[in-house]
Amino acid sequence: MIADAATSLDAASTHGYLLVLAIVVPVGGVLIATAVGGRTAERTAFAVIAAGLILGFAILLDVWMTSRPLAYVLGNWAAPLGITLRADGISAVMLVTTALIIAATALYACADFTIPRDGLEARAPFVFWVLLLAVWAALNTVFLSGDLFNLYVALELLTFAAVPLVALSGRAEAITAALRYLLFALAGSIFYLLGVALLYGAYGTLDIILLHQRIRPELAVSLAVAMMTAGLLAKTALFPLHFWLPPAHAGAPPAASAILSALVVKGSFFLIIRIWFDVLPGSRSLAAAQVLGVMGAAAILFGSIVAFRQARLKLLIAYSTVAQIGYLFLLFPLVVGFEGSPWSATAWTGGWIQLVSHAFAKAAMFMAAGLIAQALGHDRIDDLGGVARALPLTVLAFAISGISLMGVPPSGGFVAKWLMLSASVEEGQWWWAVTVVAGGLIAGAYVIRVMTRMLGPRLELPTLSVKVDRWRQSLPLSLAICAMLLGLLPLQSLELLQVGLPHFLGSAGR
Amino acid sequence: MTSATLFGLCGAILIGLGLFELITDPHPLRKILGFNLLGGGVFLVLGVVARRGAAAGYLGDPVPQALVITGIVVAFSATALAVALVVRLSEVSGRVSLAYASSEQTDSDGAEG
Repeated sequence: MIADAATSLDAASTHGYLLVLAIVVPVGGVLIATAVGGRTAERTAFAVIAAGLILGFAILLDVWMTSRPLAYVLGNWAAPLGITLRADGISAVMLVTTALIIAATALYACADFTIPRDGLEARAPFVFWVLLLAVWAALNTVFLSGDLFNLYVALELLTFAAVPLVALSGRAEAITAALRYLLFALAGSIFYLLGVALLYGAYGTLDIILLHQRIRPELAVSLAVAMMTAGLLAKTALFPLHFWLPPAHAGAPPAASAILSALVVKGSFFLIIRIWFDVLPGSRSLAAAQVLGVMGAAAILFGSIVAFRQARLKLLIAYSTVAQIGYLFLLFPLVVGFEGSPWSATAWTGGWIQLVSHAFAKAAMFMAAGLIAQALGHDRIDDLGGVARALPLTVLAFAISGISLMGVPPSGGFVAKWLMLSASVEEGQWWWAVTVVAGGLIAGAYVIRVMTRMLGPRLELPTLSVKVDRWRQSLPLSLAICAMLLGLLPLQSLELLQVGLPHFLGSAGR
Repeated sequence: MTSATLFGLCGAILIGLGLFELITDPHPLRKILGFNLLGGGVFLVLGVVARRGAAAGYLGDPVPQALVITGIVVAFSATALAVALVVRLSEVSGRVSLAYASSEQTDSDGAEG
């Protein structure tokens, strides 16, 4: 989006209205669902999901065909006073990923949160549908905003939609987890806001393109970026700021956990990427990137080992999220300092495939774990014996997403880790390669530990407390297959991930 | 020392006090107060930014002032949500603490620290 900034700064694209619709449609859905309530909430959600899927793919197609970012200037007020919406390659990819996962989650949640035809409106189902749309609206705003303060508001909306999802069950542990999550998130976003204040004080604008042109390497910028990054790290739950995540994600209902682990933590990560690579010109700090990489590596090792030691399936999956978030942060040391080299582009692509494939695989895993917990009435890993015979499709979904998390071919996780691995070897930073391999091995250990229990010998079938429909089992399976299919994408199509970025990546890094 | 510098320093002190309270005090209600103190400091810094940008007949740059108003609305809603959660927590469990004390969690959260 910076490349042709001079010409397109104030010009809205022809299809720019799509960006407005991508935000207005879910927000409208939230308002209608809240006002009308009852069974309409669920129906509204599905209408919005249908529209949102079409919008997401339309934006992706437009960015792909034109190889130029989409832009829309709100109310024709040009920056610096006005607010611009922009969709570059990474926003388009995130929009579609979000739409697909939200759609699958909504279908999955039908059984848990449906409002009976003649029954009274209950709190949890009604709130779930409203919050689902609210999370979506907030995520789309994060992906499309081209203005730092607009991003702050989007970030807070995301928090306010995600925290009640954690507390949905109303149990004391869930409320405690939600409260902890809220306090972490609030501290994080207030530091982000402080960074915004410093940047505005120094340069008098909040528009990302204008800031990119005006910013100079000076103390105020380093301070602002450090505070914004630290705040966002707390919201992304990067080790050692991850303490809120496992109880929050494991305590939420399965449909909510899928959204939280697959998408919500990625929202604040997306913002860190925006600040580091879109706002800052060439003056990124090597030392800071290495620190982020070290924290990522620690997250991979710590998260994987603690996941292996968990006794409960949902907590295992939540700790695995802590580990998989770590991989995303290896992108910083692999790109910063190697701008212009082809391997930075390799690492960049690897990082984004990791993000998308983890989103699909983790949503599938939480859904599968939810079905297993519902059917058995518990999720103790040691007592999962024989579940593979009772719920074969669910266990298959768990296995396929496990393959992607481990990084075994063919899967999105494999391509991501392989690209990161080759970038780190070619750049002479072999220690990241060692971490990636070690993380993959421990991930293999915890997935196989669960799989051996699930496939383990037990002559009598476990008694199922609830019968699980086959179509419901097919939802996590289809998400897991998406994660796998990512590994079969031709790499040329991934040029999309670089559309509209400032020119810091080398070309043809494969 | 100009008034802008003075208020800037006050903002910095408020941010420090708020962060200290937020991190060190175990009680959720006081953490929420700490967050509000922290937020107040940030809003004061934004006010200083507005004052320093005064030009063209305005006493202050209106953009940071608009940001402060939005920020206050957001902080107000955040406080309301947090207090609602605290109230609910005390109704459900009869205690107000962020520690995981229930038996269901202790067996699995051993490694969580």
